[in-house]
This record gives sequence, C-alpha cells and structure tokens, in this order.
Amino acid sequence: MTDAVPIPQVRSERRVLAVLVDNVPGVLLRVVALFRRRGLNIHSLAVSVTEDPAVSRITMTVECPAILAESVVKQVRRVMEVRRVRDVTDAPRTERELALVKVNAPAGVRSEILEAAQVFRARPIDLTEKTVTLEVTGSPEKIDAFLNLVARHGVREVARTGSVALIRGSATT
Amino acid sequence: MRTSTVEAREATRTVSGARAVVRVLEEAGAEWIFGHPGGASLPLYDALYDAPKLRHVLCRHEQVAAHAATGYARASGRFGVCTATSGPGATNLVTGLADAMMDSAAVLAITGQVVRANIGTDAFQEADVTSITTPITKHNALVIEPHGLVRTLREAIYLCQSGRPGPVLVDVPRDVFQTQIPADLLDEPFEPRRRPVTKGNATRIAQAADAISRSRRPVLYVGGGAQDASVPLGRLARRCRIPVMVTLMGKGAFDETDPLCLGMLGMHGTAYANYAINAADLVIAVGARFDDRVTGRLKDFCPHARFIHIDIDPSEIGKNKPAHVPIVGDAREVLEALEPLARPPETEAWWRQIEEWRTRHPLRWKPGPLLKPQEAIEAIYRVTRGEAVVVTDVGQHQMWAAQYYKCRRPRTFISSAGLGAMGFGFPAAMGAQFARPDTLVVAIVGDGGFQMTLQDLITAVEWKLPLKVYVVNNTSLGMVRQWQELFYQERYCAVHLRNPDFARVAEAFGAVGIRVERSDELEPALLRSLEVTDRPVVVDLVVDPEENCYPMIPSGQSVKEMILGD
Repeated sequence: MTDAVPIPQVRSERRVLAVLVDNVPGVLLRVVALFRRRGLNIHSLAVSVTEDPAVSRITMTVECPAILAESVVKQVRRVMEVRRVRDVTDAPRTERELALVKVNAPAGVRSEILEAAQVFRARPIDLTEKTVTLEVTGSPEKIDAFLNLVARHGVREVARTGSVALIRGSATT
Repeated sequence: MRTSTVEAREATRTVSGARAVVRVLEEAGAEWIFGHPGGASLPLYDALYDAPKLRHVLCRHEQVAAHAATGYARASGRFGVCTATSGPGATNLVTGLADAMMDSAAVLAITGQVVRANIGTDAFQEADVTSITTPITKHNALVIEPHGLVRTLREAIYLCQSGRPGPVLVDVPRDVFQTQIPADLLDEPFEPRRRPVTKGNATRIAQAADAISRSRRPVLYVGGGAQDASVPLGRLARRCRIPVMVTLMGKGAFDETDPLCLGMLGMHGTAYANYAINAADLVIAVGARFDDRVTGRLKDFCPHARFIHIDIDPSEIGKNKPAHVPIVGDAREVLEALEPLARPPETEAWWRQIEEWRTRHPLRWKPGPLLKPQEAIEAIYRVTRGEAVVVTDVGQHQMWAAQYYKCRRPRTFISSAGLGAMGFGFPAAMGAQFARPDTLVVAIVGDGGFQMTLQDLITAVEWKLPLKVYVVNNTSLGMVRQWQELFYQERYCAVHLRNPDFARVAEAFGAVGIRVERSDELEPALLRSLEVTDRPVVVDLVVDPEENCYPMIPSGQSVKEMILGD
C-alpha cells in the first residue's frame, strides 16, 4: 500500500498512443470520440491495416497531461473492437513520419534546395519549371526542421502522414 | 394457416432475419419487448405476430420504451429489450439509452434501419443511428451482412449484461430482417470475444484487508455496482462494524434501517454521512464511481483518506480520485474474498463521533399549514411498510424519496441517477412492474417530470398494471426553483408550472385519480390507492411549493459549505 496520494501531473506533454483495433467500419470514430469528449486535440493520426488483415493499427499523438492520457487510454480499452492500446510515450521506440513538400524552385535556387534536401535525405519525387516536390521521412522534429529550412523559398503545399511508431527491439505493442 | 407457413419455411432450413431475432430473444429468456413499430421494423413485428412467448408492449413513445426496458432490467437483474423503427423512432430512444449508459443498465435496443441499398442516401426515415448512439451505448452494431445477424445479436445480449452492464444497440436494415438465412446459424455456439475480469487480484485483496484492519475511521461508500453484492457487503460491514453510506444508485444494497447505515451521501445526502466520509481515514468504494454529485469539489473530498476502490470497470479506477488499493473485479466476488481476511478495526471512538453527528444533525423537516413533501414520502414509506419497489423521477421529490424512503433490499430503488433524465420515473416504474408483477411498485414523480411521459398512462391501463403513481406536486420545477432561490437571487424564471388536474387526467386515461391537498387526507388516500389492483392509480399530492431540499452541498463545493436548512 503506497503511502502518499500521488499528485496528479498536470503539465501537458506530447503522448504517443498505439491502438490495435479490428479492421471494421466505425472503430476510428469510437476511438477518436473519446478524445473529442475530453476536449483533447489530436495532433496526428495514422491508421492502416497491419500484417494481419483483420487488424488495423492506429498511431495517434495528443498533447495532454500524462494522467489524462492514462484515463482516456482506459476508456479506449473499453471499446469492443479495440484489441490492444498502449501509451508508448515512455517506451523506447522507433518513430517516423513522412511528408511530401512542394517548394518553389525556380532555376536560380533549385540546386540550393536540392543540396539542403540531401542533408535531410529528402528525395525529389516531382519536378516542374517552378517547383520541386520532395519526400522526407524521419522524426516529426526533423520534418519540422526541414520545413523551416525551405520556408524562405516558399512552401506551396505540405502533406504529412502523422507519426507511426513501434516499440524498439523484438517486443511488440 | 400462419403457423404452417412458418413451419414450412423452417423445414427448408432457412429462416427470415426477423424470425431469427425473435428466436434468439426467446432463447435468451426475454419475455417482454417494449417498443413502437414503424416502416423499417415491420418485418420484426410480423415475426412477433407468431411469437407467443415474446410479448410486445406498445409504448406510445420510444423514450418510454427505453426507460421501461431500463426499469425492467434494474428491477429484475436480467436484461430489458426495447425496439424502435429507423430515423425518428431510433432518435427517440436516445435519452433512454443515455440514461441506461450512465446508470449501467442492461438494455438491448433493436432498431430498424432503411434497406441497405438506401443507407447513406438521406432516404425516408433514415438516420445514422450507430453514429448517433456511439457515445451513449456500451457497444452498437449495424448489421450489413445477414449471416452475421444472429451472432451480432447474441453478442449484444452477452455484452449488455456482462461486466459493467450497459445499453447495446443493434441496427437492422429492413431487408436484412427479410432475408432468408440458414437456420443452422441459430445452432452455432456463441463464444464471447472478451470476458471481463471478475475475480479480484489476491495481493490487492490482501492489501485491502490489511488497510481495513489498520484503519480507525473506515467507511463503506456503496454504489450501484454493489446491488448484487449485498450479502458479503452486509457481512463485512457488520462483522467489522464499518459505517455504510449509499449513493442514489447504491440504495438497497445495504439495509438502510440498520444502525450501521448512515443513509445517502453527497449533495443531498445526510449531514452525518457527509461528515463521516470526509473525516474518514479509509474509504472503501464498492461499485461507485466518485460522481461529482457525491464528491463535490474533488480536491477537498476525503482529505485524510486512503481509498480502496472495487469496480468491474478498470476505466473507473483512478478516473476522479486515485486509488491506493485498486481492485478490478465483480463486487460480490471481491467482497466474498475480502470479508474473511479483514480483522475488525478499532472503531469505538469513531462510532461515538458518528453518533454525535447523527444526533446533532438528523434529517428533519418542519410541519406547516400546507402538506409537506417530506411528510408525503414518509407516509408512502409507512403505508407500503418499506416493502415497495420505488421508482422516482428527477428533481426535489427524487432527493426526498432517497432521504426518507429507507430501502432494505437490492433492486428496490430505481432512479435516473447519472443522467438525471426527467420523464424517467413513470415509464421505468412500468418496466419494473412487468419485471416484478407480484410486487408493489410505486412511482414517485414530480409534476414537471411526469408531464414529459404521462401519455403512456394508457399503456399501463391497457396492461392493467396496478402501479401507484404518487405525484409530488409543487406546481413548479422545484429543484430549478430551489437553485434560483439560493443562487440566482430569487429571480424565478420559467419554473412555475400551470398543471392539469392530474386526477382527472388519470381518469381520462382509464386509471384511478385521487387528489390530496391536506395532511389529514394523505394517509386515507394512500391506503385507498393500495386497494386498487387492476389498474394504475395516480395520486396528486399537492404540497407546499416553497419547500426546499436540505441538507445541500452546493454544486462544486465541499462539505464545509453544506447548507443544513435549519
């Protein structure tokens, strides 16, 4: 029996949640509704089928106090179609995001942009006389940094997938 | 002729979806289905025509059907069934389902849906019912594949009753009801996908026993989840001499006439229960969820206490108050394991303190020239000898009923606690009467809430239900009026009701109507109401419109701010 009542941690932080669900219609709505109800803004949400076609993986990042995340995670666990849910924020994990970035790239600055892209291992995947579209993967911070770098050339459009994450090592979610 | 058609169909080893629904319900032991038909559910009603064992109660509004199913479930401990057609029928179920969700009632709702080809096209009487009801059901499903109908329904019946009970909705397109499916599907064994943990963790139970033995000021805080745990709960409380306080949902789980019981706690609980829990060094919460109507301001609630929290729903533990000893499991199983392990703590000084509070601040009301609502509840308690199943609506009368009607047995007090849905009382009482046909069922309602669903008096007349409806009539929305008086400088806005003559309304529906205006008329009228056995009775109890409900802890405040009202 613990002695002190734990003091609720109220500081908001970025939490990364992994949810494995039955691959059926309506599940995403059920999971997301629980966050909406608490007024939590979902920063990113990535959903796709897994190695098992009957199972989909939802990776979501939210900004909230850890204790609130714990409470919502327990409620997510109540959803019948949810097989597993885990807050992986504090677990060693690999985390990646992919972004497609369409940047203004007239002849004069094009090589400079491509050079910067090389540093970030961003690959050009489309080219016009005025623009270049680059594919960049990595941590969300790396993508932010890359977007900051090319911002002065004028970013026309960005599409980001949101984070996906797996626990490091042989363990699974 | 009709029966032979059915037999012929079964001979070919197929069965319509609608008939399969009826068969599954019958096999699960359902006897009553509360509902209202419509286009999309017509095939189901056609199948009900041939179902002598499953009887349909035609409610005049779907909200009534949902509340009746809830009353049935809560009075019986089994599951209640309601049905509605697509669109407006289904949306009318919403309040009842939300109520069942908040109060964990085992309710199965079957709704008709437009034919599959029309789903999503804004078809006539179409609404996306699974989306609408997602936040207010434990689970729901739209049956797109006719072969999955039987399985989905069996799963819904299992889910609504298992673990923490709750409403489960199955939405069935009309053409799925009509599709012939292999009758073999009805013979397939059902295996639930998930089983709740019911047995508590042994280490935690030992920790709880230790905490009880070492406590000096323990209390049992008993919620609705303890309704089926009253036997081991009673043993633990009596052997260890632990004071017991019940929530609105917990009433009946422990004998309130036992001196160990301090009655209800919370916003309108007894002063002594609230003083006790807030001075406690150990709170044993059983099937209770630390609702704000109980705790008031959370950070000031039980500042000196450790918490043992027993609940079958893991998401309740730590939701509002962190638990020192969290125990996930069925309250009865956990208490059965815990009770023999706990050594009685030293509580003599504690009881002396509690008795002092109880003597100094008893529940009380002052007689006056007008009939007092508390007086009316006490008289109802007296004439029914505390034996009735009491169903209440929402408002002042609800709190007075909770304070002055002492319950001794589980499932004898049914009230819309979590949602606080006005209009609940009378329909839920109908459901309770269907569940307990030989028991006296009384509905204690207010003049405001009764008018939200009283059209279904005709349903109660039709079924000859000997239900007593006691209208605590203060010609206003009393609780709202009380708040306006206390917190809005007596700026009474939209709370005074011009009421119909409830006795004559009752007579018009074919029920018995009695009006009571004076104290000396009270008991004879109540006794007369008990003599009627072949139809409902409405007794209009015209009470002092200025009476307030005390004690009261104002919303969001702590026990320190309690208004005793004297």
